[in-house]
Amino acid sequence: MKLRIKYEKTGVLRFIGHLDVMRLFQKAIRRAKLDVAYSKGFSPHQIISFAAPMPLGMTSEGEYFDGEFNTVTSTEDMMDRLNRTLPDGIKVHDIVLLNDNAKPSMAIVSASDYYIYKNEECETDIPEVLKNYIEPMMNKTSVEIIKKTKSKEVMSDIKPLIYEIKPYKEGIYMLLASGSKDNLKPELVIEALCNEADIEYNRYDYMIHRIETYMGESKALKPLSCDGKQF
Amino acid sequence: MGKLALSERILMNIEKPARYIGNEVNIVKKDIKDIDIRFAVCFPDVYEIGMSYLGIQILYDFFNRRSDTYCERVYSPWPDLDKIMREENIKLFSLETQTPISEFDWLGITIQYEMCYTNILQVIELSGIPLYAKDRKKGDTFVIGGGPCSVNPEPLADFFDMFYIGEGEVSYNEILDLYKVYKASDMTREDFLRKASCIPGVYVPSLYDVSYNEDGTVHAINPIYDDVPKTIKWQAVTDFDNVPYPMKPVVPYIRATQDRVTLEIMRGCIRGCRFCQAGMIYRPTRQKNVEMLKEYARIMLDNTGYEEISLSSLSSSDYEELDELLTFLIELRDNDHINVSLPSLRIDAFSLDVMSKVQDIKKSSLTFAAEAGTQRLRDVINKGITEENIIKGSHDAFLGGWDKVKLYFMMGLPTETDEDLLGIAELAEKISEEYFDTVPKEKRNGRVMINASSSYFVPKPFTPFQWAPMITPEEYIRRAYFVKDAFARQRNKKSLKFQYHDAEITVLEGVLARGDRRLGKVLYDVYKKGAIYDAWTEFFNMNRYKEAFDENDVDINFYVTRERADDEIFPWEHLDVGVSRRFLLNEWHNAKAGVVTPNCRQKCSGCGAAVYKGGVCFEAKN
Repeated sequence: MKLRIKYEKTGVLRFIGHLDVMRLFQKAIRRAKLDVAYSKGFSPHQIISFAAPMPLGMTSEGEYFDGEFNTVTSTEDMMDRLNRTLPDGIKVHDIVLLNDNAKPSMAIVSASDYYIYKNEECETDIPEVLKNYIEPMMNKTSVEIIKKTKSKEVMSDIKPLIYEIKPYKEGIYMLLASGSKDNLKPELVIEALCNEADIEYNRYDYMIHRIETYMGESKALKPLSCDGKQF
Repeated sequence: MGKLALSERILMNIEKPARYIGNEVNIVKKDIKDIDIRFAVCFPDVYEIGMSYLGIQILYDFFNRRSDTYCERVYSPWPDLDKIMREENIKLFSLETQTPISEFDWLGITIQYEMCYTNILQVIELSGIPLYAKDRKKGDTFVIGGGPCSVNPEPLADFFDMFYIGEGEVSYNEILDLYKVYKASDMTREDFLRKASCIPGVYVPSLYDVSYNEDGTVHAINPIYDDVPKTIKWQAVTDFDNVPYPMKPVVPYIRATQDRVTLEIMRGCIRGCRFCQAGMIYRPTRQKNVEMLKEYARIMLDNTGYEEISLSSLSSSDYEELDELLTFLIELRDNDHINVSLPSLRIDAFSLDVMSKVQDIKKSSLTFAAEAGTQRLRDVINKGITEENIIKGSHDAFLGGWDKVKLYFMMGLPTETDEDLLGIAELAEKISEEYFDTVPKEKRNGRVMINASSSYFVPKPFTPFQWAPMITPEEYIRRAYFVKDAFARQRNKKSLKFQYHDAEITVLEGVLARGDRRLGKVLYDVYKKGAIYDAWTEFFNMNRYKEAFDENDVDINFYVTRERADDEIFPWEHLDVGVSRRFLLNEWHNAKAGVVTPNCRQKCSGCGAAVYKGGVCFEAKN
């Protein structure tokens, strides 16, 4: 049986990487004594896969992984057992039993939304300053930015990948293309806003929090957990 | 979740910030308000190495069993963070509560290898504790050292308030109880140290005076007060089944070098290899009850969620209930998907059968610690393995489907000749021939590989070879080339490979292993020249050491290549590890005569470890 598990990663655990989160869950699943399925061979491993890798430093309340289980109990029971053994900063929010035709989460991710807010260590509130440059930037026909790939740097128009951007709470909200087809990092949008505002870009002047991970067309996005039902 | 000691800006600019954030699964949390003693345990190397070390987990658990004590962990910051901490004046902090180490009552450092000595200075200095013990005042943190290198802690004597000689489980409670009295009263730091020096296993270097002869050797080591013991006795656990063991080891987020449950099955070794320090100082051999170990394994796997388990001991094949334990581990593997990682077992039909069940034969190789190339030299070092054992083991392994063999050797062993060196290449050749004789052509997949590697022998204190000279690095390199040439002349040379260790780092290991207090200044100077992480070849710089030795007028060869007279007083003469000097000297003479000494289970040789009244010394008499 395939389950999709939604979790948050917050607090100091923002400093552990994607692979470390995977290993953390493998151990938590064992401690919680969930009946996860294993691969065959000399080094059997749990059959679990993560939706979208999360960069170091970012927090999130909308992360997902899929897992194959031999037997399951109920959403409530499995969540409870996991949450009792997970460290502060990682918490499971939902578990759904996937529909038979559901595709692996990593293949269907299409967008993510983010909340960008002030880094308390930083004297100036950069997101507050940048708020005023959202409209001027989005009113342009294109938003050009240098995208760095492994081998080269290319000029790229990121405007089509920004589905929504607006002032939000103490900072900025943005809904961006995400996944294997089109992917836009929130850092690049902030860099573009800094260019617009003519201020120096610095990654540590602001914090990024992912709110949700979505699947589907940009006009009809729905959270990854919509591919299944609680049980 | 509390605040971190390092800022977002720093954490995002260094490698692997998870090394410094704590909050791992199974850390101990306590309310500082209820605590009398704050103890920081340190492994002076990078987090991933330190977290792999069982001893810290044992002590962490041991100290935290006390309700009046809160023990936290600290490791060496990696050079990238080291630089930032110095530039921005950030003090080294504990992982659990992210508190500066200078606010702790104790900093306990495990001293596992000589090349971490500069990291010890790094940890003390970054903690904001005065580097020299003599400069510390009441209210300053006490720095205490332990671990195998503490059997000759003399090069580090200036930097430590005290050393704990032996296994921590025995006397630490007594030290902490006395410390509470000191903290709550107007007892001076000096008075505390003097009182502590009377606790078994406690060595306070500042309370001993060392004098030297004109030739540079030690003349005498004497306590400066009458009430300070003349010798410090190594502490060994006798009731090994009832000693506390960490049932909830801390589980790191980032992958540690040894990222699994470790089950300590035995302490000590019956074999008596003459080069091996652990085999002497951890005597007598003590083993844990197999039923208890099975229970421990289950509880620890449940508490950690690890998917791998490994055994810890100096020689697992000598564990008397190994068959039963391995059968249990194979069941764990089959029923609970637990990977089993086996320490190097003696290769025989039984262990090969077990290995074939837990390892992918095609990917794994078999290891023989032959140590020397000829039987003559193996007798000199009392290595109880014969060429016949190795060939027969290889034969069985080839039949079982293995086609990779690793061989470990040392070069520079006492009495070694070119014939012994030739023997290294010849032994590798014989094993490859055994392969071709054993495995018919149609069953051979690819090529058999015999990988031989050699280290540079370092004589260690409290071994029969503590009197022995180390060969010079030039001679070591000559011998390495000699062996390399010999390999190139073998018939199956394409199936053989020979590698050897770095010479320079090993020479320093030799200096520090048998060094005295005069090396303290050298270490200080080397550290001030920027040396840290000397165990890492990418950071090690021999020139810094050469300069410091020259500036302090210290002759490396005095420590390294000189054979000691039978009656020479060693810098560690005031320490007593149970195994007697008389036994070791006798063994040194036996070595030179090529006379073999039986292992502890064959016949007691009266080494002296029976004073601990436990373990193998009393097995037969029960």
